[in-house]
Amino acid sequence: MGRQDWMERLKIWLMLLPALLVLVGLFSGGLVVGLGQSLGYMPVAGLHSVTLQHYLDLLVEDAFWQSLWVTFSIAFTSTLLSTLVAVPCAFLLRDTFRGSRLVNFLFQVPIPIPHLVVAFGVVTLVAQSGVLARLLASLGLLSEPGQFPALVFDRAGVAIQLVYLWKEIPFIGLVVLAVLQTVGPDYEALAQTLGATRWQRFRYVLLPLILPAILSASMIVFAFVFASYEIPLLLGVRFPAPLPVWSIQLYRDPDLNLRPGAMAIGVLLTLFSILWLVAYRRLMRYALRASGGR
Amino acid sequence: MSSFWRGGLVGGIGVVVGLPLLVQVIWSFAFRWYFPDLLPSEWGLHAWRYVFSDSSRVGEALLTSLGIGLAVSLLSIGIGLPAARALALHDFPGKGLVEWLLLVPIVVPGVVATMGVHLVFIHLRIADSSLGVVLVHLIPAVPYMILVMASVFANYDTALEETARTLGADAVRTFWFVTLPAILPGLLVATLFTFLISWSQYVTTLLIGGGRVITLSMLLFPLIGGSNNATAAAISLVFVAPALLALGVTARSLANGPSVLGGLGRP
Repeated sequence: MGRQDWMERLKIWLMLLPALLVLVGLFSGGLVVGLGQSLGYMPVAGLHSVTLQHYLDLLVEDAFWQSLWVTFSIAFTSTLLSTLVAVPCAFLLRDTFRGSRLVNFLFQVPIPIPHLVVAFGVVTLVAQSGVLARLLASLGLLSEPGQFPALVFDRAGVAIQLVYLWKEIPFIGLVVLAVLQTVGPDYEALAQTLGATRWQRFRYVLLPLILPAILSASMIVFAFVFASYEIPLLLGVRFPAPLPVWSIQLYRDPDLNLRPGAMAIGVLLTLFSILWLVAYRRLMRYALRASGGR
Repeated sequence: MSSFWRGGLVGGIGVVVGLPLLVQVIWSFAFRWYFPDLLPSEWGLHAWRYVFSDSSRVGEALLTSLGIGLAVSLLSIGIGLPAARALALHDFPGKGLVEWLLLVPIVVPGVVATMGVHLVFIHLRIADSSLGVVLVHLIPAVPYMILVMASVFANYDTALEETARTLGADAVRTFWFVTLPAILPGLLVATLFTFLISWSQYVTTLLIGGGRVITLSMLLFPLIGGSNNATAAAISLVFVAPALLALGVTARSLANGPSVLGGLGRP
Protein backbone atom coordinates (compact mmCIF):
# COMPACT_ATOMS: atom_id res chain seq x y z
CA MET A 1 0.00 0.00 0.00
CA GLY A 2 1.27 3.46 -0.92
CA ARG A 3 1.63 6.40 1.36
CA GLN A 4 -1.55 7.92 -0.06
CA ASP A 5 -3.59 4.85 0.87
CA TRP A 6 -2.28 4.96 4.41
CA MET A 7 -3.20 8.62 4.71
CA GLU A 8 -6.67 7.86 3.36
CA ARG A 9 -7.16 5.02 5.80
CA LEU A 10 -5.89 7.11 8.72
CA LYS A 11 -8.37 9.82 7.75
CA ILE A 12 -11.28 7.35 7.80
CA TRP A 13 -10.35 6.10 11.27
CA LEU A 14 -9.96 9.67 12.53
CA MET A 15 -13.49 10.39 11.29
CA LEU A 16 -14.76 7.34 13.17
CA LEU A 17 -12.74 7.93 16.32
CA PRO A 18 -15.03 10.34 18.23
CA ALA A 19 -18.08 8.12 17.67
CA LEU A 20 -16.16 5.00 18.64
CA LEU A 21 -14.79 6.68 21.76
CA VAL A 22 -18.23 7.80 22.89
CA LEU A 23 -20.21 4.69 22.04
CA VAL A 24 -17.64 2.01 22.81
CA GLY A 25 -16.47 3.96 25.86
CA LEU A 26 -19.90 4.70 27.28
CA PHE A 27 -22.10 1.88 25.99
CA SER A 28 -19.74 -1.09 25.79
CA GLY A 29 -17.69 0.21 28.73
CA GLY A 30 -20.79 0.66 30.85
CA LEU A 31 -21.93 -2.82 29.84
CA VAL A 32 -18.61 -4.34 30.99
CA VAL A 33 -18.66 -2.49 34.32
CA GLY A 34 -22.27 -3.56 34.86
CA LEU A 35 -21.43 -7.15 33.98
CA GLY A 36 -18.57 -7.06 36.50
CA GLN A 37 -20.88 -5.83 39.21
CA SER A 38 -23.48 -8.48 38.43
CA LEU A 39 -20.73 -11.03 39.14
CA GLY A 40 -20.15 -9.43 42.52
CA TYR A 41 -16.96 -7.67 41.42
CA MET A 42 -17.07 -4.29 43.20
CA PRO A 43 -13.56 -3.03 43.98
CA VAL A 44 -15.11 0.07 45.57
CA ALA A 45 -16.87 -1.98 48.21
CA GLY A 46 -13.79 -4.18 48.67
CA LEU A 47 -15.37 -7.08 46.80
CA HIS A 48 -12.85 -8.65 44.42
CA SER A 49 -14.18 -12.18 44.17
CA VAL A 50 -16.34 -13.29 41.28
CA THR A 51 -19.51 -15.28 41.82
CA LEU A 52 -22.51 -16.48 39.81
CA GLN A 53 -24.62 -16.47 42.96
CA HIS A 54 -26.69 -13.43 41.98
CA TYR A 55 -27.68 -15.14 38.74
CA LEU A 56 -28.43 -18.46 40.42
CA ASP A 57 -30.60 -16.71 43.01
CA LEU A 58 -32.65 -15.19 40.21
CA LEU A 59 -32.94 -18.24 38.01
CA VAL A 60 -34.43 -20.39 40.79
CA GLU A 61 -36.98 -17.74 41.70
CA ASP A 62 -40.50 -17.95 40.23
CA ALA A 63 -40.75 -14.16 40.32
CA PHE A 64 -37.97 -13.88 37.77
CA TRP A 65 -39.68 -16.11 35.21
CA GLN A 66 -43.04 -14.38 35.79
CA SER A 67 -41.35 -11.05 35.28
CA LEU A 68 -39.64 -12.25 32.10
CA TRP A 69 -42.98 -13.52 30.80
CA VAL A 70 -44.67 -10.18 31.50
CA THR A 71 -41.85 -8.28 29.78
CA PHE A 72 -42.01 -10.55 26.75
CA SER A 73 -45.78 -10.57 26.44
CA ILE A 74 -46.09 -6.76 26.63
CA ALA A 75 -43.45 -6.39 23.92
CA PHE A 76 -44.81 -9.21 21.75
CA THR A 77 -48.44 -8.07 21.94
CA SER A 78 -47.72 -4.42 21.22
CA THR A 79 -45.37 -5.27 18.33
CA LEU A 80 -47.85 -7.70 16.78
CA LEU A 81 -50.85 -5.37 17.11
CA SER A 82 -48.93 -2.31 15.86
CA THR A 83 -47.68 -4.22 12.83
CA LEU A 84 -51.13 -5.61 12.00
CA VAL A 85 -52.64 -2.11 12.04
CA ALA A 86 -49.66 -0.28 10.53
CA VAL A 87 -49.34 -2.26 7.28
CA PRO A 88 -52.94 -1.70 6.08
CA CYS A 89 -52.57 1.97 7.12
CA ALA A 90 -49.48 2.28 4.92
CA PHE A 91 -51.49 0.90 1.96
CA LEU A 92 -54.36 3.35 2.60
CA LEU A 93 -51.95 6.29 2.89
CA ARG A 94 -50.21 5.37 -0.36
CA ASP A 95 -53.11 6.57 -2.53
CA THR A 96 -53.78 10.23 -3.13
CA PHE A 97 -57.34 11.32 -2.45
CA ARG A 98 -59.13 14.37 -1.09
CA GLY A 99 -57.71 14.95 2.36
CA SER A 100 -54.81 12.53 1.90
CA ARG A 101 -52.23 15.21 2.70
CA LEU A 102 -54.03 15.93 5.96
CA VAL A 103 -54.21 12.24 6.87
CA ASN A 104 -50.52 11.84 6.04
CA PHE A 105 -49.71 14.72 8.37
CA LEU A 106 -51.96 13.44 11.18
CA PHE A 107 -50.38 9.99 10.86
CA GLN A 108 -46.93 11.52 11.52
CA VAL A 109 -48.00 13.50 14.60
CA PRO A 110 -47.27 10.75 17.21
CA ILE A 111 -43.66 10.21 16.02
CA PRO A 112 -41.96 13.03 17.99
CA ILE A 113 -44.39 13.12 20.98
CA PRO A 114 -42.69 11.91 24.18
CA HIS A 115 -44.05 8.68 25.68
CA LEU A 116 -44.75 10.42 29.02
CA VAL A 117 -47.16 12.84 27.33
CA VAL A 118 -48.97 9.95 25.64
CA ALA A 119 -49.15 8.08 28.95
CA PHE A 120 -50.82 11.06 30.61
CA GLY A 121 -53.26 11.47 27.69
CA VAL A 122 -54.21 7.79 27.81
CA VAL A 123 -54.75 7.87 31.59
CA THR A 124 -57.08 10.86 31.37
CA LEU A 125 -59.05 9.07 28.63
CA VAL A 126 -59.37 5.49 29.88
CA ALA A 127 -59.16 5.78 33.69
CA GLN A 128 -62.31 4.79 35.54
CA SER A 129 -63.30 8.46 35.85
CA GLY A 130 -61.77 9.35 32.49
CA VAL A 131 -63.33 10.87 29.41
CA LEU A 132 -64.52 7.55 27.96
CA ALA A 133 -66.29 6.63 31.20
CA ARG A 134 -67.90 10.08 31.22
CA LEU A 135 -69.05 9.60 27.62
CA LEU A 136 -70.69 6.29 28.56
CA ALA A 137 -72.23 7.93 31.61
CA SER A 138 -73.70 10.72 29.48
CA LEU A 139 -75.27 8.02 27.30
CA GLY A 140 -76.76 6.54 30.47
CA LEU A 141 -74.72 3.31 30.19
CA LEU A 142 -73.11 3.66 33.60
CA SER A 143 -73.67 5.78 36.67
CA GLU A 144 -70.43 5.57 38.65
CA PRO A 145 -66.72 5.23 37.76
CA GLY A 146 -66.44 1.79 39.34
CA GLN A 147 -68.67 0.35 36.60
CA PHE A 148 -66.07 1.20 33.96
CA PRO A 149 -63.47 -1.59 33.54
CA ALA A 150 -60.09 -0.97 35.20
CA LEU A 151 -57.77 -0.44 32.24
CA VAL A 152 -54.96 1.30 34.15
CA PHE A 153 -52.87 -0.68 36.70
CA ASP A 154 -54.61 -3.81 35.40
CA ARG A 155 -53.02 -7.19 34.85
CA ALA A 156 -53.77 -7.17 31.12
CA GLY A 157 -51.93 -3.85 30.74
CA VAL A 158 -54.53 -2.30 28.40
CA ALA A 159 -53.36 1.29 29.03
CA ILE A 160 -49.74 0.26 28.43
CA GLN A 161 -50.71 -1.30 25.10
CA LEU A 162 -52.70 1.80 24.09
CA VAL A 163 -49.67 4.05 24.67
CA TYR A 164 -47.41 1.80 22.61
CA LEU A 165 -49.98 1.36 19.83
CA TRP A 166 -50.44 5.13 19.55
CA LYS A 167 -46.68 5.63 19.26
CA GLU A 168 -45.59 2.60 17.24
CA ILE A 169 -48.31 2.21 14.59
CA PRO A 170 -47.17 5.43 12.85
CA PHE A 171 -43.53 4.40 13.23
CA ILE A 172 -43.97 1.05 11.46
CA GLY A 173 -46.52 2.53 9.06
CA LEU A 174 -44.23 5.34 7.91
CA VAL A 175 -41.28 3.00 7.35
CA VAL A 176 -43.50 0.70 5.21
CA LEU A 177 -45.04 3.70 3.43
CA ALA A 178 -41.57 5.00 2.53
CA VAL A 179 -40.74 1.67 0.89
CA LEU A 180 -44.09 1.54 -0.93
CA GLN A 181 -43.45 5.03 -2.33
CA THR A 182 -39.94 4.07 -3.44
CA VAL A 183 -41.28 0.95 -5.16
CA GLY A 184 -43.89 2.97 -7.05
CA PRO A 185 -46.83 1.61 -9.07
CA ASP A 186 -44.82 0.15 -12.01
CA TYR A 187 -44.31 -3.40 -10.75
CA GLU A 188 -47.97 -3.78 -9.85
CA ALA A 189 -49.08 -2.37 -13.19
CA LEU A 190 -46.78 -4.82 -14.95
CA ALA A 191 -48.12 -7.72 -12.91
CA GLN A 192 -51.67 -6.62 -13.72
CA THR A 193 -51.01 -6.59 -17.46
CA LEU A 194 -49.64 -10.10 -17.03
CA GLY A 195 -53.00 -11.08 -15.53
CA ALA A 196 -52.18 -11.16 -11.80
CA THR A 197 -55.19 -10.82 -9.48
CA ARG A 198 -55.30 -8.26 -6.69
CA TRP A 199 -54.27 -10.85 -4.12
CA GLN A 200 -51.48 -12.19 -6.35
CA ARG A 201 -50.15 -8.67 -6.86
CA PHE A 202 -49.98 -8.20 -3.10
CA ARG A 203 -48.63 -11.64 -2.27
CA TYR A 204 -46.03 -12.09 -5.00
CA VAL A 205 -45.09 -8.52 -5.97
CA LEU A 206 -45.50 -6.12 -3.04
CA LEU A 207 -45.09 -8.37 -0.01
CA PRO A 208 -41.56 -9.56 -0.86
CA LEU A 209 -40.59 -5.92 -1.43
CA ILE A 210 -41.99 -4.53 1.83
CA LEU A 211 -41.32 -7.52 4.09
CA PRO A 212 -37.76 -6.49 5.03
CA ALA A 213 -39.07 -3.05 6.09
CA ILE A 214 -41.95 -4.57 8.11
CA LEU A 215 -39.64 -7.01 9.87
CA SER A 216 -36.87 -4.56 10.70
CA ALA A 217 -39.27 -1.82 11.89
CA SER A 218 -41.15 -4.30 14.08
CA MET A 219 -37.86 -5.62 15.43
CA ILE A 220 -36.85 -2.12 16.52
CA VAL A 221 -40.25 -1.67 18.19
CA PHE A 222 -39.96 -5.01 19.98
CA ALA A 223 -36.44 -4.25 21.26
CA PHE A 224 -37.56 -0.81 22.42
CA VAL A 225 -40.67 -1.98 24.28
CA PHE A 226 -38.86 -4.98 25.78
CA ALA A 227 -36.35 -2.67 27.47
CA SER A 228 -38.56 0.26 28.44
CA TYR A 229 -39.20 1.34 31.97
CA GLU A 230 -41.38 4.43 32.23
CA ILE A 231 -44.69 3.23 30.76
CA PRO A 232 -45.08 -0.07 32.68
CA LEU A 233 -43.96 1.68 35.88
CA LEU A 234 -46.58 4.42 35.40
CA LEU A 235 -49.48 2.34 34.10
CA GLY A 236 -48.82 -1.27 35.07
CA VAL A 237 -49.25 -3.52 38.08
CA ARG A 238 -46.54 -3.52 40.76
CA PHE A 239 -46.13 -7.29 40.65
CA PRO A 240 -45.01 -9.01 38.54
CA ALA A 241 -43.21 -5.95 37.15
CA PRO A 242 -41.33 -6.15 33.84
CA LEU A 243 -37.57 -6.81 34.13
CA PRO A 244 -36.38 -3.23 33.40
CA VAL A 245 -38.67 -1.86 36.12
CA TRP A 246 -37.53 -4.48 38.63
CA SER A 247 -33.86 -3.92 37.82
CA ILE A 248 -33.97 -0.14 38.11
CA GLN A 249 -36.08 -0.16 41.29
CA LEU A 250 -33.51 -2.48 42.91
CA TYR A 251 -30.62 -0.33 41.69
CA ARG A 252 -32.21 2.80 43.15
CA ASP A 253 -32.73 1.16 46.53
CA PRO A 254 -30.57 2.77 49.21
CA ASP A 255 -29.36 -0.72 50.19
CA LEU A 256 -26.18 -1.11 48.07
CA ASN A 257 -26.18 -4.89 48.60
CA LEU A 258 -29.10 -5.09 46.14
CA ARG A 259 -27.04 -3.60 43.29
CA PRO A 260 -25.38 -6.82 42.03
CA GLY A 261 -28.87 -8.36 41.82
CA ALA A 262 -30.15 -5.31 39.92
CA MET A 263 -27.22 -5.64 37.50
CA ALA A 264 -27.81 -9.39 37.10
CA ILE A 265 -31.45 -8.73 36.11
CA GLY A 266 -30.23 -6.08 33.65
CA VAL A 267 -27.64 -8.45 32.16
CA LEU A 268 -30.25 -11.22 31.76
CA LEU A 269 -32.59 -8.68 30.13
CA THR A 270 -29.78 -7.78 27.71
CA LEU A 271 -29.02 -11.45 26.98
CA PHE A 272 -32.67 -12.21 26.30
CA SER A 273 -33.04 -9.25 23.97
CA ILE A 274 -29.93 -10.37 22.04
CA LEU A 275 -31.49 -13.83 21.89
CA TRP A 276 -34.72 -12.41 20.39
CA LEU A 277 -32.68 -10.38 17.92
CA VAL A 278 -30.80 -13.44 16.70
CA ALA A 279 -34.03 -15.46 16.49
CA TYR A 280 -35.68 -12.60 14.65
CA ARG A 281 -32.88 -12.35 12.09
CA ARG A 282 -33.27 -16.06 11.44
CA LEU A 283 -37.02 -15.65 11.06
CA MET A 284 -36.42 -12.69 8.74
CA ARG A 285 -34.17 -14.73 6.47
CA TYR A 286 -36.64 -17.61 6.47
CA ALA A 287 -39.62 -15.34 5.79
CA LEU A 288 -37.82 -13.59 2.95
CA ARG A 289 -36.96 -16.89 1.29
CA ALA A 290 -40.49 -18.21 1.79
CA SER A 291 -42.06 -15.06 0.36
CA GLY A 292 -39.88 -15.25 -2.74
CA GLY A 293 -37.76 -12.21 -1.91
CA ARG A 294 -33.99 -11.94 -1.80
CA MET B 1 -62.69 3.27 -1.81
CA SER B 2 -65.81 5.43 -1.60
CA SER B 3 -65.61 8.97 -0.32
CA PHE B 4 -67.74 7.97 2.68
CA TRP B 5 -65.10 5.54 3.89
CA ARG B 6 -62.34 8.01 3.17
CA GLY B 7 -64.13 10.64 5.21
CA GLY B 8 -64.41 8.09 8.00
CA LEU B 9 -60.70 7.33 7.74
CA VAL B 10 -59.72 11.02 7.94
CA GLY B 11 -62.07 11.58 10.88
CA GLY B 12 -61.04 8.39 12.66
CA ILE B 13 -57.30 9.10 12.45
CA GLY B 14 -57.96 12.70 13.49
CA VAL B 15 -59.89 11.64 16.61
CA VAL B 16 -57.44 8.91 17.64
CA VAL B 17 -54.42 11.17 17.17
CA GLY B 18 -56.01 14.35 18.50
CA LEU B 19 -57.96 13.13 21.53
CA PRO B 20 -55.05 12.30 23.90
CA LEU B 21 -53.61 15.77 23.24
CA LEU B 22 -56.92 17.69 23.26
CA VAL B 23 -57.94 16.24 26.63
CA GLN B 24 -54.74 17.65 28.13
CA VAL B 25 -55.52 21.14 26.79
CA ILE B 26 -58.96 20.97 28.44
CA TRP B 27 -57.52 19.66 31.71
CA SER B 28 -54.95 22.46 31.86
CA PHE B 29 -57.76 25.05 31.88
CA ALA B 30 -60.07 23.10 34.19
CA PHE B 31 -60.74 24.33 37.70
CA ARG B 32 -63.51 21.91 38.63
CA TRP B 33 -64.06 18.85 36.45
CA TYR B 34 -65.76 16.01 38.28
CA PHE B 35 -67.29 12.78 37.08
CA PRO B 36 -69.63 12.52 35.16
CA ASP B 37 -69.25 15.99 33.59
CA LEU B 38 -68.09 15.84 29.98
CA LEU B 39 -66.54 19.30 30.26
CA PRO B 40 -65.24 21.21 33.31
CA SER B 41 -67.97 22.84 35.39
CA GLU B 42 -65.56 25.68 36.20
CA TRP B 43 -62.67 26.86 34.07
CA GLY B 44 -59.58 28.66 35.34
CA LEU B 45 -55.99 29.64 34.77
CA HIS B 46 -54.66 28.40 38.10
CA ALA B 47 -52.64 25.54 36.57
CA TRP B 48 -50.95 27.87 34.11
CA ARG B 49 -50.35 30.47 36.85
CA TYR B 50 -48.67 27.76 38.90
CA VAL B 51 -46.54 26.63 35.94
CA PHE B 52 -45.26 30.18 35.42
CA SER B 53 -44.61 30.73 39.13
CA ASP B 54 -41.17 30.20 40.68
CA SER B 55 -42.39 27.59 43.13
CA SER B 56 -43.26 25.12 40.35
CA ARG B 57 -39.61 25.09 39.15
CA VAL B 58 -40.93 24.66 35.59
CA GLY B 59 -38.90 27.60 34.26
CA GLU B 60 -35.73 26.24 35.81
CA ALA B 61 -36.42 22.72 34.47
CA LEU B 62 -37.22 24.14 31.04
CA LEU B 63 -33.80 25.83 30.89
CA THR B 64 -32.06 22.65 32.09
CA SER B 65 -33.86 20.53 29.48
CA LEU B 66 -33.08 23.06 26.74
CA GLY B 67 -29.41 23.34 27.72
CA ILE B 68 -28.89 19.59 27.93
CA GLY B 69 -30.83 19.03 24.67
CA LEU B 70 -28.80 21.65 22.79
CA ALA B 71 -25.50 20.28 24.10
CA VAL B 72 -26.52 16.73 23.16
CA SER B 73 -27.60 17.67 19.63
CA LEU B 74 -24.50 19.79 18.92
CA LEU B 75 -22.17 17.11 20.28
CA SER B 76 -24.06 14.48 18.27
CA ILE B 77 -23.40 16.46 15.08
CA GLY B 78 -19.70 16.79 15.87
CA ILE B 79 -19.37 13.11 16.77
CA GLY B 80 -21.87 11.53 14.40
CA LEU B 81 -21.43 13.49 11.16
CA PRO B 82 -17.82 12.44 10.38
CA ALA B 83 -18.60 8.83 11.34
CA ALA B 84 -21.72 8.77 9.12
CA ARG B 85 -19.71 10.06 6.19
CA ALA B 86 -16.93 7.53 6.74
CA LEU B 87 -19.45 4.67 6.88
CA ALA B 88 -21.49 5.79 3.87
CA LEU B 89 -18.72 6.78 1.46
CA HIS B 90 -15.78 4.51 2.29
CA ASP B 91 -15.01 0.82 2.38
CA PHE B 92 -12.37 -0.36 4.80
CA PRO B 93 -11.41 -3.51 6.67
CA GLY B 94 -13.40 -3.90 9.89
CA LYS B 95 -16.33 -1.81 8.61
CA GLY B 96 -18.90 -4.43 9.62
CA LEU B 97 -17.64 -4.48 13.20
CA VAL B 98 -17.55 -0.67 13.42
CA GLU B 99 -21.12 -0.43 12.08
CA TRP B 100 -22.23 -2.99 14.64
CA LEU B 101 -20.48 -1.17 17.51
CA LEU B 102 -21.96 2.19 16.53
CA LEU B 103 -25.55 1.06 15.91
CA VAL B 104 -25.97 -1.63 18.57
CA PRO B 105 -27.38 0.81 21.21
CA ILE B 106 -30.48 1.15 18.99
CA VAL B 107 -31.59 -2.43 19.64
CA VAL B 108 -29.73 -3.55 22.77
CA PRO B 109 -31.20 -2.26 26.06
CA GLY B 110 -29.26 0.58 27.68
CA VAL B 111 -30.20 -0.37 31.26
CA VAL B 112 -26.94 -2.14 32.17
CA ALA B 113 -24.77 0.37 30.28
CA THR B 114 -26.44 3.28 32.10
CA MET B 115 -26.00 1.67 35.51
CA GLY B 116 -22.38 0.75 34.70
CA VAL B 117 -21.67 4.26 33.46
CA HIS B 118 -23.18 5.61 36.68
CA LEU B 119 -20.51 3.81 38.74
CA VAL B 120 -17.74 5.22 36.56
CA PHE B 121 -19.26 8.71 36.71
CA ILE B 122 -19.36 8.55 40.52
CA HIS B 123 -15.58 7.99 40.42
CA LEU B 124 -15.07 10.79 37.92
CA ARG B 125 -17.30 13.01 40.09
CA ILE B 126 -19.66 13.80 37.22
CA ALA B 127 -22.62 11.80 38.56
CA ASP B 128 -25.49 14.07 39.69
CA SER B 129 -24.32 16.73 37.21
CA SER B 130 -25.64 18.08 33.91
CA LEU B 131 -22.36 17.06 32.24
CA GLY B 132 -22.92 13.44 33.25
CA VAL B 133 -26.51 13.59 31.97
CA VAL B 134 -25.38 15.07 28.62
CA LEU B 135 -22.81 12.28 28.22
CA VAL B 136 -25.32 9.51 28.96
CA HIS B 137 -27.89 11.03 26.57
CA LEU B 138 -25.27 10.68 23.82
CA ILE B 139 -25.70 6.89 23.98
CA PRO B 140 -29.17 6.92 22.35
CA ALA B 141 -28.60 10.16 20.37
CA VAL B 142 -25.35 9.52 18.46
CA PRO B 143 -26.40 6.19 16.81
CA TYR B 144 -29.52 7.94 15.58
CA MET B 145 -27.49 10.83 14.10
CA ILE B 146 -25.18 8.32 12.39
CA LEU B 147 -28.12 6.30 11.01
CA VAL B 148 -29.87 9.32 9.48
CA MET B 149 -26.76 11.02 8.14
CA ALA B 150 -25.32 7.78 6.72
CA SER B 151 -28.53 7.40 4.68
CA VAL B 152 -28.14 11.03 3.54
CA PHE B 153 -24.46 10.54 2.59
CA ALA B 154 -25.32 7.30 0.79
CA ASN B 155 -27.07 9.40 -1.89
CA TYR B 156 -24.38 12.08 -1.89
CA ASP B 157 -22.00 12.75 -4.78
CA THR B 158 -18.50 13.91 -3.79
CA ALA B 159 -17.72 15.19 -7.30
CA LEU B 160 -18.79 18.75 -6.45
CA GLU B 161 -16.44 18.82 -3.46
CA GLU B 162 -13.54 17.71 -5.66
CA THR B 163 -14.36 20.44 -8.15
CA ALA B 164 -14.37 23.05 -5.38
CA ARG B 165 -11.02 21.80 -4.08
CA THR B 166 -9.51 21.84 -7.60
CA LEU B 167 -10.69 25.41 -7.95
CA GLY B 168 -8.71 26.31 -4.84
CA ALA B 169 -11.27 26.22 -1.99
CA ASP B 170 -9.81 24.98 1.31
CA ALA B 171 -11.42 22.20 3.36
CA VAL B 172 -13.43 24.59 5.56
CA ARG B 173 -14.83 26.61 2.67
CA THR B 174 -15.65 23.42 0.77
CA PHE B 175 -17.56 22.05 3.74
CA TRP B 176 -19.37 25.32 4.37
CA PHE B 177 -20.34 26.19 0.79
CA VAL B 178 -20.61 22.78 -0.88
CA THR B 179 -21.17 19.92 1.59
CA LEU B 180 -23.34 21.66 4.16
CA PRO B 181 -25.99 23.03 1.76
CA ALA B 182 -26.32 19.57 0.20
CA ILE B 183 -26.85 17.70 3.48
CA LEU B 184 -28.71 20.47 5.32
CA PRO B 185 -32.31 19.14 5.09
CA GLY B 186 -31.30 15.75 6.46
CA LEU B 187 -29.01 17.31 9.07
CA LEU B 188 -31.82 19.56 10.27
CA VAL B 189 -34.17 16.60 10.78
CA ALA B 190 -31.45 14.56 12.50
CA THR B 191 -30.54 17.46 14.81
CA LEU B 192 -34.17 18.11 15.76
CA PHE B 193 -34.72 14.46 16.54
CA THR B 194 -31.52 14.05 18.57
CA PHE B 195 -32.67 17.10 20.53
CA LEU B 196 -36.03 15.42 21.10
CA ILE B 197 -34.35 12.16 22.14
CA SER B 198 -32.51 14.03 24.88
CA TRP B 199 -35.57 16.12 25.73
CA SER B 200 -37.73 12.99 26.22
CA GLN B 201 -35.26 11.01 28.34
CA TYR B 202 -36.47 10.05 31.78
CA VAL B 203 -34.75 7.02 33.24
CA THR B 204 -31.20 7.91 32.13
CA THR B 205 -31.61 11.38 33.64
CA LEU B 206 -33.01 9.86 36.83
CA LEU B 207 -30.11 7.41 37.23
CA ILE B 208 -27.22 9.67 36.26
CA GLY B 209 -28.69 12.95 37.51
CA GLY B 210 -29.61 11.25 40.79
CA GLY B 211 -32.58 13.57 41.33
CA ARG B 212 -30.27 16.61 41.31
CA VAL B 213 -30.59 17.40 37.61
CA ILE B 214 -34.23 18.41 37.23
CA THR B 215 -35.45 18.31 33.64
CA LEU B 216 -39.09 18.71 32.59
CA SER B 217 -39.60 14.94 32.36
CA MET B 218 -38.46 14.65 36.00
CA LEU B 219 -41.19 17.13 37.01
CA LEU B 220 -43.90 15.55 34.86
CA PHE B 221 -43.33 11.88 35.74
CA PRO B 222 -44.52 11.90 39.38
CA LEU B 223 -47.64 13.92 38.44
CA ILE B 224 -48.98 11.33 35.95
CA GLY B 225 -51.83 9.33 37.47
CA GLY B 226 -51.78 11.60 40.52
CA SER B 227 -54.57 13.75 41.90
CA ASN B 228 -53.68 17.05 40.23
CA ASN B 229 -54.51 16.55 36.58
CA ALA B 230 -54.67 20.29 35.79
CA THR B 231 -51.03 20.91 36.80
CA ALA B 232 -49.88 17.68 35.14
CA ALA B 233 -51.66 18.73 31.93
CA ALA B 234 -50.09 22.19 31.87
CA ILE B 235 -46.57 20.80 32.42
CA SER B 236 -47.22 18.06 29.86
CA LEU B 237 -48.18 20.69 27.29
CA VAL B 238 -44.96 22.65 27.95
CA PHE B 239 -43.10 19.35 27.60
CA VAL B 240 -44.75 18.50 24.26
CA ALA B 241 -44.25 21.96 22.71
CA PRO B 242 -40.84 21.34 21.03
CA ALA B 243 -42.16 18.09 19.55
CA LEU B 244 -45.07 19.96 17.95
CA LEU B 245 -42.66 22.63 16.68
CA ALA B 246 -40.40 19.95 15.21
CA LEU B 247 -43.44 18.44 13.52
CA GLY B 248 -44.22 21.71 11.79
CA VAL B 249 -40.65 22.02 10.55
CA THR B 250 -40.14 18.41 9.46
CA ALA B 251 -43.61 17.50 8.14
CA ARG B 252 -42.50 18.80 4.74
CA SER B 253 -39.22 16.95 4.53
CA LEU B 254 -40.79 13.79 5.93
CA ALA B 255 -43.46 13.87 3.25
CA ASN B 256 -40.91 14.52 0.52
CA GLY B 257 -38.12 12.12 1.12
CA PRO B 258 -38.03 8.42 1.87
CA SER B 259 -34.28 8.86 2.43
CA VAL B 260 -34.94 11.13 5.39
CA LEU B 261 -37.71 8.87 6.56
CA GLY B 262 -35.49 5.82 6.30
CA GLY B 263 -33.53 7.42 9.08
CA LEU B 264 -36.52 7.52 11.40
CA GLY B 265 -34.94 4.58 13.12
CA ARG B 266 -36.63 5.25 16.38
CA PRO B 267 -39.97 4.06 17.65
